[in-house]
Amino acid sequence: MRRETVHAYLLLLPAVILLVAFTHWPAIETLVDSLYATPRGARPAPFVGLANYAGLLDDSVFWQALRNNAIYAAATIPVSIVLALLMALAVNGALPGRSFLRLAYFLPTMLPMIAVANIWMFFYTPDYGLFDRILGWFGGGRHNWLGDTSTALPSMIAVAVWKEAGFFMIFYLAALQTMPTDLREAAALEGSSRWNYFRRVTIPLLMPTTLFVLVNAVINAFRVIDHIVVMTRGGPDNATTLLLYYIYETGFRFWDTATAAALTIVLLAILALTAWLQFGVLGRRIHYR
Amino acid sequence: MIVVDQHWFGRALETVGAWMLGILWLLPLLYAVWTAFHPAAYATRFDLFAPLTLDNLTAAWRAAPFSRYLLNTVMLVTLILAAQFVLCTMAAFAFARLSFPGRDLLFGVVLLQLMVMPDVLLVENYRTLVQLHLVDTILAIALPYLGSAFGIFLLRQTFMTIPQQLDDAARMEGCGLLARLWRVYVPLAKPTYIAYGLVLVSYHWNNFLWPLIITNSVTTRPLTVGLSVFATTDQGIDWSIVTAATLMTSAPLLVAFLLFQRQFVQSFMRAGIR
Repeated sequence: MRRETVHAYLLLLPAVILLVAFTHWPAIETLVDSLYATPRGARPAPFVGLANYAGLLDDSVFWQALRNNAIYAAATIPVSIVLALLMALAVNGALPGRSFLRLAYFLPTMLPMIAVANIWMFFYTPDYGLFDRILGWFGGGRHNWLGDTSTALPSMIAVAVWKEAGFFMIFYLAALQTMPTDLREAAALEGSSRWNYFRRVTIPLLMPTTLFVLVNAVINAFRVIDHIVVMTRGGPDNATTLLLYYIYETGFRFWDTATAAALTIVLLAILALTAWLQFGVLGRRIHYR
Repeated sequence: MIVVDQHWFGRALETVGAWMLGILWLLPLLYAVWTAFHPAAYATRFDLFAPLTLDNLTAAWRAAPFSRYLLNTVMLVTLILAAQFVLCTMAAFAFARLSFPGRDLLFGVVLLQLMVMPDVLLVENYRTLVQLHLVDTILAIALPYLGSAFGIFLLRQTFMTIPQQLDDAARMEGCGLLARLWRVYVPLAKPTYIAYGLVLVSYHWNNFLWPLIITNSVTTRPLTVGLSVFATTDQGIDWSIVTAATLMTSAPLLVAFLLFQRQFVQSFMRAGIR
């Protein structure tokens, strides 16, 4: 073998071993495990084919987790992206106090999700919490935000949007600051309205950033469940059970590793599908500078 | 610009909107600070002349081994940072500047980790660490994150922008491979290291689910897990103390952020631009 090849493999070896050992190999193992029953005692687990997946089809909690996660993603992603864009546009212009505003928008990003969950749990407390007190001024009554199946998931969505929007703002801000100013001058000379300019020039030029932010937002919607663990534990009545939370519960509280493996494969399939949609379909239609 | 003056009303409206959003965004944090620094009686009552107190902070600090949790977090973050810098630098250099059979295929395999993250593969990784007899160690929290596709990708991008001539010049002077990497590439990639380092520190300082699963004792728990144990079992609903503990555990990162705000923001931007 050539010396350069040997050097390259030696340089790559440690990182690749770690990557394979904790990402690729466990992913394959998960797929294999999802075809076997959960091992009980010393007996080897019997091969069950697709029975674990068939079990999921009959599992109402699985369907609810899927539905919850779809609602959670469909609400958090667009709301936080639109807010992020508005924030970036605001602090990109000549606004009084814009460095303060930038700080205010970004600060939640620096907090651990678990700290955020603690703070918001206090807001959602019936009677004493911030929300009930504000509603109280307007004659509203006591409301158990996290204990009511109709408000628990929206409460989680609000927490996620507050935590994430400022993070995505940074990427829009970076893109806006590299945008050529001559385009804006040309548009102004032609008497194009600001709204028109925004719609025809700014938005299309921001598309690569939007794609990047979108990928991150989708991944986060399926990966971050710290606030669920702390605030609701998936309740009440599974109203806030997201897919990864259900995996965590199945794997580490019920110790049903076979079902957890099948669930993980479903989650990986969803992530793969969205990645394919985003890069394959959406990515091709985006104009890169 | 001509258009601006005609739209002063719109501008004013935008300013007011931006400020309202900013205050709304800051409110939860301000409220937490209020609760933490006032006696419990004022936790839900606003009074400008309410007495300030540090009692909540000292009570929280005494009620749980936060100093040990802090030490654990610092050790964890240092371990991940050091290991990732070394491993990702080596791999990124190989991908950026060496040619070998299977390079593109291997790079593709590495990039798969951007989508299939260890955060999702909880059950199998737990089993692996049981087999390695490493459960409930700081190394176990770090292991799944030591190889990083994102780090390799980011450093490779940076290394590829470094002029080949500099590399050639160093080679002429008799520098070996590692010497060139150390003397030419690493110094020139310093901004990327700072950027990636800050992103890495804030990610792992705040990481929660995996440490929660893999640790179960005071000597290994990082701050996030320690805080959740404290908030759920020990305190019940004494919000003043829970909030004080919450701010205390977030404080080191928040203070660092306020001091190095510009670098932080630029780092996040740099790490995000692909």
